[in-house]
Amino acid sequence: MSTSTAFALLANGTCLPWSEVPESSLAEFLQATRSELDRGGRLCSWFGVPDGDAVRLVSIVGFDADNTLAAARSAPIRGGYPALTLTHPQAHLFERELWEQHGIVPEGHPWLKPVRRIAGDAPANGEFFRVDGREVHEVAVGPIHAGVIEPGHFRFQCAGEEVLHLEIALGYQHRGAERALPGGPHRTTMFQMETVAGDTTMGHATAYATVLEALAGTEAPLRAQWLRAVALELERLANHTGDIGALAGDVAFLPTMSACGKIRGDFLNLTAIICGNRFSRGIVRPGGCGYDLDPDRSSRLFEKLAAALKDVEQAATWFWDAASVRGRFENVGTVHASQGAEIGLVGVAARACGLVRDVRFDHPTGWHRFGQVPVAVWPGGDVFARARVRSLEIQRSGQFLKEQLLAPPEGEIFSELPPATPDALAVALVEGWRGEVCHVALTDSAGKFRRYKITDPSFHNWTGLALALRGTAVSDFPICNKSFNLSYCGHDL
Amino acid sequence: MFVLDTLTHRLKRGCETMAYPHAAPPPLPDRHGGALRVDASKCAGGCSDCIPACPTQAIGRIPGGPIQLDLGRCLFCKACVEACEPGAIQQTNDHRMAVRKREDLLLGAPGQEELRLAAALDEKLRKLFGRSLRLRQVSAGGCGACEADVNVLGTIGWDLSRFGISYVASPRHADGLLVTGTVSRNMELALKKAWDAVPAPKIVIAVGACAISGGPFIGHPEILNGAGSVVPVDLYIPGCPPHPLTILDGLLRLLGRLENSDRLMAKAG
Repeated sequence: MSTSTAFALLANGTCLPWSEVPESSLAEFLQATRSELDRGGRLCSWFGVPDGDAVRLVSIVGFDADNTLAAARSAPIRGGYPALTLTHPQAHLFERELWEQHGIVPEGHPWLKPVRRIAGDAPANGEFFRVDGREVHEVAVGPIHAGVIEPGHFRFQCAGEEVLHLEIALGYQHRGAERALPGGPHRTTMFQMETVAGDTTMGHATAYATVLEALAGTEAPLRAQWLRAVALELERLANHTGDIGALAGDVAFLPTMSACGKIRGDFLNLTAIICGNRFSRGIVRPGGCGYDLDPDRSSRLFEKLAAALKDVEQAATWFWDAASVRGRFENVGTVHASQGAEIGLVGVAARACGLVRDVRFDHPTGWHRFGQVPVAVWPGGDVFARARVRSLEIQRSGQFLKEQLLAPPEGEIFSELPPATPDALAVALVEGWRGEVCHVALTDSAGKFRRYKITDPSFHNWTGLALALRGTAVSDFPICNKSFNLSYCGHDL
Repeated sequence: MFVLDTLTHRLKRGCETMAYPHAAPPPLPDRHGGALRVDASKCAGGCSDCIPACPTQAIGRIPGGPIQLDLGRCLFCKACVEACEPGAIQQTNDHRMAVRKREDLLLGAPGQEELRLAAALDEKLRKLFGRSLRLRQVSAGGCGACEADVNVLGTIGWDLSRFGISYVASPRHADGLLVTGTVSRNMELALKKAWDAVPAPKIVIAVGACAISGGPFIGHPEILNGAGSVVPVDLYIPGCPPHPLTILDGLLRLLGRLENSDRLMAKAG
């Protein structure tokens, strides 16, 4: 394939000297990014790198069909630039973030407001898009929600029951996870990466370790790559099962809700066989894994996995057999494929619009170069499709795990990392259970982080939830929300 | 036929709720390790190797004395256990970790090798909450893992409601707050408002390293290093995240409903 010379190509999980990331004037850089996105590229990351009192823009574009990534940077700029969002809505949150972090103004941005920063006492004290009219009313929900879930604020503009517009104000979970990284890695960094989004520990920890390994010019031993892939699928199984159960609960279909609540725990306990922790803490360490899966443990895991897979298959069958469930899910919360592509959806939400997007398939790195999982896609874009994709992925991840556990590669599980390459840029994408986790690191002349950018799949997908609500009833919010089940902390960082 | 099938399958699965606390608790995963124990008498050499090994600076040295480990900051990564050659820091495999006072999580001083398990509420509060405790969960600047394992107690395996404990939607219906997360500055107001809305008498339970001390994000200017900075905490449950068994133990211990189970465990040695 050919790309403009404004971009350098690189593969997932590799690094490039910073000097080889082409630098163009602002106008050329913007033009090149626009034309790559027009050709079907996807904006994986977009951020600023401070340079004195100016800022360089960095653009990471993914070409999924070509299995390659591309990176470019602008000359140092001050002030502002014409917003990409006007022509490419997938950039809208990235541009708000850039403005919030560096004060660079994306001129003409239709809705420029902070992403995470506090406005008065809380993010919800900011301005909201409002619909006017005598019949229009506003519904405000959160930051504290009715259930045991993370905080965020939802503001609905409604005409009667119908939702005309939903705006989502986040930032309540902001802990400074990304802000703390320049000058690192620090002693706590690995542990912070494991808790960027606690239900996606494998996703973020693997992306972080892959970035460090790429910067060190090496890879983790094969056995460690294998174990990471195994644990990543266990994480997917636990979360998808939990989501199926939660969706069942929201339509009062209790058999599947009860069963899946329990089976989700069974999957979490499988992860605990590996590392003692139900949320994968300690499995990934830069240079390999912190634990090995000895044959005895592996056969225990296999046995319990087979039982849990049978249970979840049964619970899902009850659910899909029920016309009352299907009727409640079909044609509710629809995001069309064209909308999904336009706003840059990733992961389950994208695949449920019929978009074939899966890092394990598009940008295979680590063990996924040797062991493939078929991509699960479903057209429709509604709650039904998102539940269906999860159900299919449970089957496929289960099959993958059964194959992998029977054929582990031999060898070391960990090897000490050489020092990081100075002045280099590394990119790692991992298909977490929600979708694409993207980590980009730029080192300084001493090999320490100069800039580190984390993009959780939720960052792309929250807009999808907002769109899904349009034209539905407020009472459909719970099932729409559960069908996306996005991370607040992964977004808020 | 569908309804019949569903019922048959459901019946076949039988009762899936565990017998604990009327029988022995399910074992912790073997690599979990449980609560830590610091035996200062084995720390005579004073090598201090454990101090830099800890990611959250949970370990320090009492001047001229033994090391001190703060289980409220601990992520249970076991790095200190591996670093300690004389074996002064050890795993106990004990799931019981809830305490009433913050200082009860400090290990190391003579007589304080292990954490000091929580005492039950006073009689008046036990009378009020002992058989019916409604909690409003507030998630504030955490990672979602503590929330997940707080939630799991409501599933059929653990069935929290058999103890009369449940999570409610409104703080006005609650007897107390269960806080998870570091308490980000952006959640400070919401947490205060939730606390004010709970009618007195009321309690606060801090679950997880973040809610106790800030956990892996301790010291970040974006957070307030735990629930204690905003509301008075009555029960601390350490872990990252705490195992559901540890959380359940803490809740039941606070309500004074574990005396029989403790006796059973003591008998079993």
